[in-house]
Amino acid sequence: MPPKVAIVDYGTGNLNSVKRSLDILGVSSVVTANPGDISAAERIILPGVGHFGKAMENLRRLDLIETLNRVVLGERKPILGICLGMELMTEKSEEGNAAGLGWFPAEIVKFRISETRGFKIPHMGWNRIKVKKESALMRNIPETAEFYFVHSYHLKVRDEADVLNETEYGASFPSAIERDNIFGVQYHPEKSHDAGLRLLENFVGI
Amino acid sequence: MFRPRVIPVLLLKELGLVKSVGFRAHRYIGDPINAVRIFNDLKADELVFLDIEASRQGRLISLDFVRTVGEEARMPFAVGGGIRAISDIGAVINAGAEKVVINTYAGQCPGFIREASDAFGETTIVVCIDVKKSFFKGRTTWVLGGTKSTGFTPVDFARLMEVNGAGELIIQSIDHDGRMGGYNIDLISSVSSAVNIPVVALGGAGSIEDLRAGYRRGGANGLAAGSLFVYQGKRRGVLINYPDKKDLVFE
Repeated sequence: MPPKVAIVDYGTGNLNSVKRSLDILGVSSVVTANPGDISAAERIILPGVGHFGKAMENLRRLDLIETLNRVVLGERKPILGICLGMELMTEKSEEGNAAGLGWFPAEIVKFRISETRGFKIPHMGWNRIKVKKESALMRNIPETAEFYFVHSYHLKVRDEADVLNETEYGASFPSAIERDNIFGVQYHPEKSHDAGLRLLENFVGI
Repeated sequence: MFRPRVIPVLLLKELGLVKSVGFRAHRYIGDPINAVRIFNDLKADELVFLDIEASRQGRLISLDFVRTVGEEARMPFAVGGGIRAISDIGAVINAGAEKVVINTYAGQCPGFIREASDAFGETTIVVCIDVKKSFFKGRTTWVLGGTKSTGFTPVDFARLMEVNGAGELIIQSIDHDGRMGGYNIDLISSVSSAVNIPVVALGGAGSIEDLRAGYRRGGANGLAAGSLFVYQGKRRGVLINYPDKKDLVFE
């Protein structure tokens, strides 16, 4: 049987911590850039830390965009984007002025110190999330749970119905989005202790 | 609701965990991987590992060590020790770290921070600024484990690092290291008010009250310490510890 989760390796760091979290949950996974592995898995995780423009270049160079579009939009397999992985699911980003996968009518913009009322940028550290809609991804995650954030860019959505979580950092910004089988979180569940493991467990169980 | 991070900083010497006073008198504390497991159980916010001999020995921190930490740590961690090439950063990140900490090479070659930030994104690049006061030069920043002054004042060097794309600064007072009498609040606040990127206070914290002062009076976004998290009591018995979340009220 193929591994249940394919963790897409497109040349950014931080893949092993996602794999390690799934190991703790007893869920089989593979870190891969192989279209065959991605097609064979039941769930896909698009992780990532790094530069938006370079990440899209890597996906293109590895010939993964067509595979991802087919599996996610055609076969409607659940996919979870983490941090940069979530950002790539939008139409474009100010980071490198590059186009994204375009799965959400949304874009990624830089935090501006004027908007965050003096809060330092990057937003680095633990913060709470406000759940904006009913979702299997949020099951059994208490309101007081904290998640680890590290980002200089944030989501700007055109369709409020996509917003799953909101977070306050000087101003409020969307910190997770969900539409059909596509989930994206700005924070790092793989680095967020028990609440993060719960979220990953929920994703695998969707 | 955002709150400052509370960060144990773990010093490595020959892959053992050690703790210093004033960057000297290193005492052996124990096995670093065991410490990671304890900090997992105690739900620490973040960890920093610094190989304090790497730069002076002209080598990079052990990647096998970073990999082992990466397999164990259930929180984010940053790693420093002898980083002086883009490929070093890639290797440390691929081994599992979230961020790299650069001290010596940032002082020797400030332009390297620009290159590193462009290659990996600013959120990956942390610059550790070691500060010491000397009779002739006043307060300046130091490299190579506190053995060589750069001649920069802390605020000038912090601004230079911000302009070069650093995502975060650790401001460490060598004079306060291991004393457990409180941070150098004046130093921390002078730097944190001079830059728009997060500042982590390090050097001198001996109590939760000291951490609070680092946030309230120092304006730090992260509160780091060594001794506080590896010692217990006046006699400094070795005991890996971390405050309970309910005791960490900052507002």
